[in-house]
Amino acid sequence: MRTFNITLLAIFVGVIILTSHAMGQQAYHWLPIAAAAEAEPVGHLFSFLVTLGTIVFLSVMGVLVYSILFYRASDTSDAPAIRGNLKLEITWTVIPILLVIWIAGYSYNIYQRMNILGSLPLVHLHLLESPAYAETGSSNMQPTEQIEVIAKQWSWSFHYPSQNVTSTELHIRVNRPVHLMLKSEDVVHGFYVPNFRIKQDIVPNQTIAFKFTPNRIGQYQLHDSQFSGTYFALMEANVFVDSPERYNQWLAQAATRPSVPAINPAKSEHSQPPKTPLRSNWHTVPPAQPPVVNK
Amino acid sequence: MTNISIKSASEPEQTDWKRYFSFSTDHKVIGVQYLVTAFIFFLFGGLFAMIIRAELLTPQLDVVNRSLYNGLFTMHGTIMIFLWIFPANVGLANYLVPLMIGARETAFPVLNAIAFWLIPVVGILLLFSFFLPSGTAQAGWWSYPPVSIQNPSGHLINGEFIWLLAVTISGVSSIMGGVNLVTTIVRMRAPGMTFFRMPVYVWTTLSAQLLQLFCLPALTGAAILLLFDLSLGTDFFSPFKQGDPMIYQHLFWFYSHPAVYVMALPAFGVFSEVIPAFARKPLFGYKTVAVSSLLISGISTLVWAHHMFASATPNWMRMLFMATSMLVAVPTGIKVFAWTATVWRGKLHFKTPMLFALGGVAMFLFAGITGVMLAAVPFDIHVNNTHFVVGHFHYVVFNTVSMAIYAGIYYWFPKITGRMYSEGWGKLHFWLTFIGANLNFFPMHPLGLQGMVRRIASYDPQYTGWNIVASLGAFLLGMSTLPFIANMVSSWLRGRKAPNNPWNATGLEWTTSSPPPLENFEEIPTVTLEPYSYGESHRLTTDPSSI
Ligand code: HEM
Ligand SMILES: [Cu+2]
Ligand SMILES: [Cu+2]
Repeated sequence: MRTFNITLLAIFVGVIILTSHAMGQQAYHWLPIAAAAEAEPVGHLFSFLVTLGTIVFLSVMGVLVYSILFYRASDTSDAPAIRGNLKLEITWTVIPILLVIWIAGYSYNIYQRMNILGSLPLVHLHLLESPAYAETGSSNMQPTEQIEVIAKQWSWSFHYPSQNVTSTELHIRVNRPVHLMLKSEDVVHGFYVPNFRIKQDIVPNQTIAFKFTPNRIGQYQLHDSQFSGTYFALMEANVFVDSPERYNQWLAQAATRPSVPAINPAKSEHSQPPKTPLRSNWHTVPPAQPPVVNK
Repeated sequence: MTNISIKSASEPEQTDWKRYFSFSTDHKVIGVQYLVTAFIFFLFGGLFAMIIRAELLTPQLDVVNRSLYNGLFTMHGTIMIFLWIFPANVGLANYLVPLMIGARETAFPVLNAIAFWLIPVVGILLLFSFFLPSGTAQAGWWSYPPVSIQNPSGHLINGEFIWLLAVTISGVSSIMGGVNLVTTIVRMRAPGMTFFRMPVYVWTTLSAQLLQLFCLPALTGAAILLLFDLSLGTDFFSPFKQGDPMIYQHLFWFYSHPAVYVMALPAFGVFSEVIPAFARKPLFGYKTVAVSSLLISGISTLVWAHHMFASATPNWMRMLFMATSMLVAVPTGIKVFAWTATVWRGKLHFKTPMLFALGGVAMFLFAGITGVMLAAVPFDIHVNNTHFVVGHFHYVVFNTVSMAIYAGIYYWFPKITGRMYSEGWGKLHFWLTFIGANLNFFPMHPLGLQGMVRRIASYDPQYTGWNIVASLGAFLLGMSTLPFIANMVSSWLRGRKAPNNPWNATGLEWTTSSPPPLENFEEIPTVTLEPYSYGESHRLTTDPSSI
């Protein structure tokens, strides 16, 4: 009986370890294709969290399910009056503490490596903040361009100061750190590209410095991640990660185009609302003037 | 004293249903009033959820227009929190706490009654706001400025105004309820009912209500300041004048994170009562479980900024709050392990309350794991404000807390009504709820991982598949309330008469009659034992044939 139990336990532990490892590997595929240097460490962190989470979930569920299957009452009497066990209670306090320290330490490391957030103007804690540009500036000895991101209800526009180009598309160079200056003209918006695994709220009347490094050529979606009013869902933009040649070509071409007001889905929907069976006639904030862009 | 209890034992007073519609100061009547009112609002919140899910069945906008969608999710969230979970929990606590600690009444019966009657006021205000020309509030239940103070209609009485008023009234009601419950627990325990003889449900109620008293003023204050900004043109939070919208976020989450535990702690309390009774074993590690409730309360006041990791929150603050947030996993983990150990080598009876309790514990385990993931800043930055978060918190508020409320209602139904519910209907209700809830809320996790943002009425077609599953699950979940309603109504009217202690459970509430007389006990009991004395020889088995 004893050896039977021990074998059973060994099998259980083996199954948990194998399944958790497999889940951790699978976890990479649950995320969208990674397209920025920051996405890779986040993927590792997620895989690590899924592995640990699966171990905990399966261990506790294993005990619960085992009990549900094998400890059904056969009569109406009481079970043995086990009130506690100090050793066991200490163990299951210490194990989570250690796990949590491990997870927090690992997350801290990864966050340091990502280093996405530059300065926040209203908060001056220079000692604790990582200096915004010093480190990237010195490593490639080449000042990177800052792109202004302007969010408003409900449109994105991107301004390239050196060329004086404004666009509704964000074009960035592959394998180059991108420096964004995030600004909002009205409410809180959020800058979110799932393929880059990065996100930052944009608070009106503040300029938030934000940086990351795209590393996969392609077209991606920028979403507004912070609820910003009626046409929030329409506030999206295309992000193109270009080769340096394509990028320069695009920027040069854009600079030659005349400035015109951008096409704006929120504006069109505001003037021509879709016919839905359930409809309110409530006042809504009218969309702001669409950005004027070189398109 | 004695003459009152003689009068109270008289029958007509007990069967008179009209008292449930009166300004009663009996904590048991108030408890039932809270529960029934909360359930009615739950149906409204659920109806709104169904419409939201119908909209999300397809990528296009084809059921409601955008402003209505925004109004619906705002009201859904608000109603579910302020008019379902809070009042339902307070209802259970009102009913149970005096019985569990051997008191005849709560400390402030009139205050208690007023606190209850404010709840229908809040509900009617919110539902009525759908008919305002400017419409209902549409800024989400966080109501972040500046969106919340935009007021495009220009009317003074607008949806957001009503919303802020309702939240303020609800806050006042909760503070009154909190004062009453905390005082009752601290001051009105029967002789011998020391703190470490209190059932865990009383511990969790105490911890939750202390949180209300300590943190609610932040929200109520923030709501009042926001109301000034909206209606009087002050600029506490408006960024283009002197204000700072981030201050609102801090005030809001200083309350609204702990609010999660105001909802969840009583659920942990219910699990701690139901599981021992149907496992026929004492609650494993009773003292640790009891004290961990207070620890959860304490730590949860230090973690609010984890809702703001992607806001304009500086790096050091992100790291600090990551650390404190992860710490909450320790005392909550202790509870989960204790319930698991209670079941181990027990003699399990799978009655409806037990099914809901075990289902709730399993789902909470999942929610806890995704919660620790969310505390990890780099991962949260990816999924913040996506459906991953929506999935996580619905595993808490629905799959854990609402399931626990159901477990509690079934478990104490015989005590409250004096009648038994129908097991068959109860089990059907459980399975529909359990399957529906998982179909509904699990898909939100992969959707969020893929980047589907929350609060959107239309979405990219790549997200269609999981959304269909979620919506079908939601419709199943909506249907699952039908057997519950049928069971409750018919059993209350015609159910089999319940004995005083149908589960052969420990706890003072089971020593009095079902339903209890006006002042609860013929004679105030004296407590000499630790709680959960299942399997111990001195336990007097009142009715061995039951369970
Ligand atoms: C009964 C089944 C339920 C369904 C089908 C459901 C569904 C949903 C959906 C689809 C959303 C919108 C997500 C978004 O776009 O952000 C939502 C939001 C929400 N739900 Fe539920 N829910 C249910 C129950 C509950 C319960 C019991 C609570 C209890 C507290 C709750 C609390 C919330 C909150 C707080 C929000 C956020 C509202 C906001 O974003 O402002 N839900 N729910
Ligand atoms: Cu926006
Ligand atoms: Cu929180």
